[in-house]
Amino acid sequence: MFKPNPIRTDRNVTYIIKIAGYSSILFLALIFFFLLQNGIPALKETGLAKLFQSTWYPTEAYFGILPLLFGSLLVTFLAILIALPFGVGTAVFISEIAPRAMKEILKPLVEILAGMPSVVLGFIGIVVVVPYMQRTLNLPTGQAAITGAILLGLIAIPTVVSIAEDALNAVPQSYRQAALAMGATRWQTIWGITVPAAKTGILTAIMLGIGRTLGETMAVMMVTGNAAVMPEGLQSIFMPVRTMTATIASEMGEVAKGSAHYAVLFFIGIVLFIFSLIINILASWVSTRGRKRSERILS
Amino acid sequence: MTAFEDQSQLKGAHWQERFGDAALWVLSLITVLPILGIVIYIIYKGAPGITWEFLTSMPTNGMREGGIFPAILGTLLLTLGCFLFAVPLGIAAGIYIAEYAKDTAATRAIRIAIISLAGVPSVVYGLFGLGMFVVFFKMGVSILAASMTLAIMTLPVVISTTEEALRSVPNAFRVVSISLGATRWQTVWRIILKEGMPGILTGVILGLERAAVETAPILFTGAAFYLPTLPTSPLDPTMALPYHIYVISTQVPGMPLTVQYATVLVLLFFVLVMNLIATFVRSRARARRQW
Amino acid sequence: MDIIQIEDFSITYADGAESLRGINLGIKEHAINVLFGPAGGGKSTLLRAINRLNDLTDVKEVKGSILFKKENLLDSKLDVTRLRRRIGIVFSRPMPLPMTVTQNVTYGLEVAGEHDRGKLNEVAEKALRQVFLWDEVYDRLNDPAIAISGGQQQRLCLARVLALEPEVIMLDEPTSALDPVSTARIEDLLQTLKEKYTIILVPHNVQQSSRMADYAAFFLQGELIETGEGKKLFIAPEDKRTQDYVEGRFG
Repeated sequence: MFKPNPIRTDRNVTYIIKIAGYSSILFLALIFFFLLQNGIPALKETGLAKLFQSTWYPTEAYFGILPLLFGSLLVTFLAILIALPFGVGTAVFISEIAPRAMKEILKPLVEILAGMPSVVLGFIGIVVVVPYMQRTLNLPTGQAAITGAILLGLIAIPTVVSIAEDALNAVPQSYRQAALAMGATRWQTIWGITVPAAKTGILTAIMLGIGRTLGETMAVMMVTGNAAVMPEGLQSIFMPVRTMTATIASEMGEVAKGSAHYAVLFFIGIVLFIFSLIINILASWVSTRGRKRSERILS
Repeated sequence: MTAFEDQSQLKGAHWQERFGDAALWVLSLITVLPILGIVIYIIYKGAPGITWEFLTSMPTNGMREGGIFPAILGTLLLTLGCFLFAVPLGIAAGIYIAEYAKDTAATRAIRIAIISLAGVPSVVYGLFGLGMFVVFFKMGVSILAASMTLAIMTLPVVISTTEEALRSVPNAFRVVSISLGATRWQTVWRIILKEGMPGILTGVILGLERAAVETAPILFTGAAFYLPTLPTSPLDPTMALPYHIYVISTQVPGMPLTVQYATVLVLLFFVLVMNLIATFVRSRARARRQW
Repeated sequence: MDIIQIEDFSITYADGAESLRGINLGIKEHAINVLFGPAGGGKSTLLRAINRLNDLTDVKEVKGSILFKKENLLDSKLDVTRLRRRIGIVFSRPMPLPMTVTQNVTYGLEVAGEHDRGKLNEVAEKALRQVFLWDEVYDRLNDPAIAISGGQQQRLCLARVLALEPEVIMLDEPTSALDPVSTARIEDLLQTLKEKYTIILVPHNVQQSSRMADYAAFFLQGELIETGEGKKLFIAPEDKRTQDYVEGRFG
């Protein structure tokens, strides 16, 4: 029976832990690899030109992903139009105006919203929001881009609120006090001094909100009607639309492995992957640069 | 009043302030009241359907009657699988970043990888799981494939939570431990990991809860709807609550609404229980902390 | 006899700050060796270099040698865990580990591989008696160490080191966080301990330096200015800078 040597154990364990540390790089690479392995055939079989057409009709081998791309962009854009004012406004309210009691109520409620599974929000969308939109706006169907945008806005709001609120809290009290001491009202201080000082964090919040929204699947899938047509003109907001995520989720179940359709769905996955990578790395870069700058200013 | 003060301007600023405050009050309430309404509504419409049979028996009549036990079991099995594959690896990786890694380009690359993994859309994880586990490793649509997919999705959360928890342990402990002749691993194992564990557990529980309610990653990797029997091996597919909710609310004609609401309520209850457990772990740890 | 010989030792940190320059110093056995001087002089750095605690920080360059009984402590192949058991350190703030009183004392032995509960308790009692803490905490051995007072905690930190039966004990401003009564107790303790061990003490004021020194060394901004026996540096220093510091003209 050998006596465990702490120094040798230390060296062995260090080795194992180091491998574990690098595993995240490995998995990211694996994700990219398998997406490519299954998606690149789409470039060969269908070809880049046909992929970027405006007709998506897989049963007739029309694999133009533009309707899906613009569907995603439209719904995301509308969702951010909702999430930005409500999210940043709520964050400003919680951070600058709300009395302690209100804070203690608002923050847990935002937390609850953050923890809502998207399939549950999609469910509520189907049973409550869709009929409501149909009745109120007199639409042929309540399943439309705007409905999806409302749900996605709700989903993105907790992200925006929490990150924007952190950014506002990080603004030094001395800024506010200086403004007030010079005679500014609280309102003028908030919008003239505090919010601009937190603009990096607020920008990060919005970018992460966009990332969240672009990648959301179930809630959109259940309420946007899944009509894969190019959104054209302002009325498309009130018409059914299809996102990239919903397309993958709803069609993957019915494709044959290795078929052209299969490859194109993976190709869409590659597009989504690259989008999300760019947004998240950008958001992280913005956030780090902002933090470094404020550290320099405040030191 | 000083010479600079203009009566009308002051009044204007005053009204602007009151109007602005009121606008933000209303805006914030509009933001949070829906969620309150949603939860209350689901409880109201779903509670009548929650019976012991509903929770423990198999579904009948094409899922329209009977119980949702297989979906509940499936979700629990997937959560367990996710735990087994994500947690040991994630904690080890978190230990590496917090205690071993120096500030080099390689470490920065790891951080970028973690941020990137955290941002990958859940449906892309589904595609990845399909390509790697279901097809390449020939696991088929199975609990195993779905668990491993969920695990990789949960990995960034576990790593970040571990790093944060370990960093919050006072550095004095490390210095003292080393000065008494301990190796770095002995320090980590005997003191740092032990003291950071409650924080790690809290984050892990919340991360697992997020994974358990995801639908997209399990869509093509493990979830099924019409399963006459319970799964008997990790290579079997399984029913799962989130996927069940999706199908019964969109693809089953004549699906009783009460059953739909009740199923949703069960999922919400699962979320609630996990959050309560996490909160309990966190507050108990805070009370017993020796620093 | 010089139990530790520091020869032409210099150390620079990764951020460029040069901490010590060309230090030549002999640590005398079974005596209280006092290293004193204003803040930033490099005294703490020297202590941490001796027991290789510097390995935890970003050190850029190390020159010279530190010989402990003819062994060069700066050798990269040295068994540092064993070194730290032979040369122990007590820090300026009491830093109890998040464990019970007994576990704090036995920690060093446990990581060294001692598992016999009986032996561990025996050693713990002996160490606690050495620092005159046993009579005060014998009924609280299983309480968390933070439950005892600050002065007691610092003596506990000393007991922790003594349990490993070191040859040298280094103390970096050990009484700076303590009240005068606890300070006096620890100072008396050190006088008794020097018979068995070698003490290196960084005091936290000139008066303590003067009280405690069998040998004294004055450090200023990374350089060793002057050394002397007993109270010599405090009564009749040779260098003007030493005199200015000792008389309170700066510090």
